[in-house]
Amino acid sequence: MYYFDPHIHMVSRTTDDYERLARMGCVGMSEPAFWAGFDRGSVESFRDYFRQLTDFECKRAAQYGIQHYTWLCINAKEAENVELSREVIAMIPEFLDSPNVLGIGEIGLNKNTKNESIIFMEHVDLAVKYDQQILIHTPHLEDKYQGTRMILDMLTSDSRIDPSRVLVDHVEEHTAREVLDRGFWAGMTLYPVSKCTPQRAVDIIEMCGAERLCVNSAGDWGPSKPTAVPDLIMEMRHRGHPESFIKKVVYDNPIEFFSQSQNFSFTPPEER
Amino acid sequence: MGIPNQEISETMSIPMTSGEVLDREYLEIRAKILQLAASFDRLDRADGDVSSDDRSDLISKGLEILQSSDNNRAEQIQLLFSREFEDAWREQFGI
Repeated sequence: MYYFDPHIHMVSRTTDDYERLARMGCVGMSEPAFWAGFDRGSVESFRDYFRQLTDFECKRAAQYGIQHYTWLCINAKEAENVELSREVIAMIPEFLDSPNVLGIGEIGLNKNTKNESIIFMEHVDLAVKYDQQILIHTPHLEDKYQGTRMILDMLTSDSRIDPSRVLVDHVEEHTAREVLDRGFWAGMTLYPVSKCTPQRAVDIIEMCGAERLCVNSAGDWGPSKPTAVPDLIMEMRHRGHPESFIKKVVYDNPIEFFSQSQNFSFTPPEER
Repeated sequence: MGIPNQEISETMSIPMTSGEVLDREYLEIRAKILQLAASFDRLDRADGDVSSDDRSDLISKGLEILQSSDNNRAEQIQLLFSREFEDAWREQFGI
């Protein structure tokens, strides 16, 4: 089955991973800007990172028949440096016309602080000003519930935001329903230890339905599994879900969401 | 969000029967219970006392949730281990 991984950090992965993903049916992916594992020191570091995302990584993916898209921002961990964050936000428009840029992301909260909230709202302003879609990171572990509520609070109190053009990622059992009920798209991240397992993700699909719900691997430089989406496909098959239902989750849904972006021009494998 | 024992059964659509689920997951559940038992034994064998540690209380409450018959135990466990949300967070931050 072909699938689309809507959240994966390929700058952290090897070319072997691209080959393995292609063999397992991955035909498209989107890569949000994120934390490098250390705090960067200047806006020029981000400019180089955005060049990597918009120029280099898509070519690496194309060698394996995978169409690569990306999202730009300064992540929540580095948002504590408000001065640097504002320099990066001011620089992002230089890259918004790049053909593989889908929008602003993954913005969000990490420890749910005042500075993170301020920079989150400034990113939202940027997205509105340039008519961009938004991809949102929600915090980990004990911070997730509070942070997700804060994010939804900020988004729903802004009348300029169209929820159908926003995906709130890393939802779990205690956050998925409210994200969906408020009209946003939701993403579930399949991680070996934290976040969701494939089994729990399928439980959530069964309980919430498959409308506006996506799954991703968020494969990065930490403990993660870039081939986690095929694991979910296998789990859904084991439970007896029809192929058309599985395809909706792993292929149709991400394409439907991304199709709202002016730069999304995905060509299905059968039409290439 | 966070309402105990919501009427989730209305939206459930797992194609397997409960017997099939148990057949498939019995050994995995057994292994996870065994892992918990061994962890608690390890805590008891180690020097010191963590009974007054807030995390011990959370673990006890989590085990109580597992033994309930509610159909949203995973959601309740998630909320148990979550920081609370305060409606007035913006006022507190002054933004």
